[in-house]
Amino acid sequence: MAILTIREALNQALREELARDENVFLMGEEVAAYQGAYKVTKGLLEEFGDKRVIDTPITELGFAGLGVGAAMAGLRPIVEFMTFNFSILATDQIINSAAKMLYMSGGQFKIPIVFRGPGGSAFQVSSQHSQALESWYAYFPGIKVVMPSTPADAKGLLKSAIRDDDPVVFIEQERMYGNKGEVPEDPEFTIPLGVADVKREGKDVTIVARSLMVPVALKAAETLEKQGVSCEVIDPRTIRPLDINTIVESVKKTNRVVVAEESHPTCGVNAEICTQIMERAFDYLDAPVKRVSGADVPMPYAKNLENMAIPDVNKIVAAVREVAYLD
Amino acid sequence: MASKVIMPKLSPTMEEGQIARWLKKEGDKVSMGEPLAEIDTDKATMEMQALADGVLRKILIKDGEAAPLGQLIAIIGAPDEDISSLLNESPAPAAPAQPTAAPAEAAPAEVKSPQLKAVPQGNAAPQGNGTQAREAAAAGRLIVSPLAARMAAEAGIDLRSLQGSGPGGRIVKKDIESALSQPRAAAPQLRAVESRPYQSAIVAGASAYRDEPATEIRKTIAKRLVTSLGPVPHFFLTSEIEMDRAAEMRKGINALDPDLKISINDIIIKVTAAALMQHPEVNASFQEKFIRYYEQADIGVAVAIEDGLITPVIRAANQKSLSQIAGEVRELADRARTRKLKPEEYTGATFSISNLGMFGIDEFTAVINPPEGAILAIGSMSPKPVVRDNEIVIRQVMRVTMSCDHRVIDGATGAKFLQTFKKILENPLYLVV
Repeated sequence: MAILTIREALNQALREELARDENVFLMGEEVAAYQGAYKVTKGLLEEFGDKRVIDTPITELGFAGLGVGAAMAGLRPIVEFMTFNFSILATDQIINSAAKMLYMSGGQFKIPIVFRGPGGSAFQVSSQHSQALESWYAYFPGIKVVMPSTPADAKGLLKSAIRDDDPVVFIEQERMYGNKGEVPEDPEFTIPLGVADVKREGKDVTIVARSLMVPVALKAAETLEKQGVSCEVIDPRTIRPLDINTIVESVKKTNRVVVAEESHPTCGVNAEICTQIMERAFDYLDAPVKRVSGADVPMPYAKNLENMAIPDVNKIVAAVREVAYLD
Repeated sequence: MASKVIMPKLSPTMEEGQIARWLKKEGDKVSMGEPLAEIDTDKATMEMQALADGVLRKILIKDGEAAPLGQLIAIIGAPDEDISSLLNESPAPAAPAQPTAAPAEAAPAEVKSPQLKAVPQGNAAPQGNGTQAREAAAAGRLIVSPLAARMAAEAGIDLRSLQGSGPGGRIVKKDIESALSQPRAAAPQLRAVESRPYQSAIVAGASAYRDEPATEIRKTIAKRLVTSLGPVPHFFLTSEIEMDRAAEMRKGINALDPDLKISINDIIIKVTAAALMQHPEVNASFQEKFIRYYEQADIGVAVAIEDGLITPVIRAANQKSLSQIAGEVRELADRARTRKLKPEEYTGATFSISNLGMFGIDEFTAVINPPEGAILAIGSMSPKPVVRDNEIVIRQVMRVTMSCDHRVIDGATGAKFLQTFKKILENPLYLVV
């Protein structure tokens, strides 16, 4: 297997899917001539031409709507948002058009579209450009939400998202583009949506983490192993549909759960995961489920405050020790 | 040699005790086993007995004052013995540090033998959150994790006998596991005590005795049965049943398939269920404002276990085959003996059967398990001379006595049921008709 960055793995997935299906096309701000603000679309204009890889004006609502129309007409658009912070402008098209079209047209129009781009916290770009929006999109029925945490997952999940007949919001963590890992070279390698991955097996405490929190949780698990606590780390990978069964099975084994996320706590994805654990595994819990979330404040610009606003290894370690009744 | 009197552990949850009053004054002669003081625990006022012979030399905790478990509260010694060294000893560490150590030498009020002491205590005292734990305990609310609650229910552990190690005194998985790993209380140790001769020195006229803490199951049995015989107006109907055909049928079935191992009791369960279907007015319970009639026969079968009895329930016995009933009874009884039954498996019967035939009991009356309307007491089966067509023949005869709740079942109603029961049991072919 090749060692790739998440950026390269995503680029491979796009290239393979553009080559595999001529209905697939890519559009967004700076995706073509500039080769992508984060270079995820590097080389694609040259390889597939300007009918398949299209630069758009700075009009998120406009080109998202164009994508929905193209999907209705039978194409399979991939719409890149330079960051998901700008997708806020396009939410009417994503939520009111893409997510609901199949339902409201009585099944006549499926919308096989992928909205993708970087999201979550970035490095010192302050409140408007450093935030996690997955709970917004995961709130709505009719849309799938995917958040990879490794290069292999990024590639396998993006390919599945492009092949999926439903609209998919695909959030790449902005800080993680350079993370490296093994990626299968098979062009048919895909990972099904809606299937969680056990990133590390353990028996004492389950840590549910996604996106940026997966490597943090894995580091916390290493630290805890030295303290005699065996942690299982589960990455749901897809937020909607959520693979709650894998999480519940793990909880039945460990009886204790910490859910980690970088987003705000209130009405977040963790809140949903906690509820479902309580609904399905109440009798297996030996401690209240513990949430570790980003601070409930707009992301600060100052480096020291930014560090405090995003959960780190110490916070997860402390939470695990708390549910294991060690402190 | 002077001996210390320390605050004993007189209830499973007490952490400190208050001297209600001393029954002896300083300078009074005391002998072992004699009441020394009355102590208010978190639950009740208990008598504390002297553990040594001698003179009550010094009272350190006065009437109305409180002391944590294990703290020195008085000294018993010879009249002129020097007790200054004991007096100068620093007070024993406060209770939460060693709640399990204290009762080993204290708590004579409950039992005389230290070996009987080991009422299972949780392993550790609450760490750090003692105040909260005490508050919760004082409020009478038990804090327990859902998992620990389920584990305790499955293992038949009384949560109130445990002390939680989690925050706020929460009982968690670890506490249940450590309770399970400790030897079960009473029974085995009881035997050890029985085999030991009582010390005659303690006996002064009246018979020696020992107080055995009532197990939770014993308390439950006690509570339930007084709610039966007291408020429930019982009456009893007895009938003699010829069991030859039933015994033959049993033999025949077991010859067909020895693995089935059908017992007479299984046949009785099946026949009871069939008779109940014909007499739904007996398959009923009195519910104060209304009478509840059940549609299926859920038969409770009393099973003797080590320290009491329990009645696992065969659900819908009217719809089950003999082999199903036999298998279920065996399985439930096995788990009853190992205390593995879930609450839903031993509650909610509509009618019960108690069989003491295997103990050679000819006939007896059983106490109704409320809110059930009746219970059938089964005696032993034995060959008896019976008059048939003016001739004396030998028949296998069994006597059954039905206890009825008169609020639901009248004499004739119960008698008709028993008549049907007898008819089917004497001619079990009715089961297939």
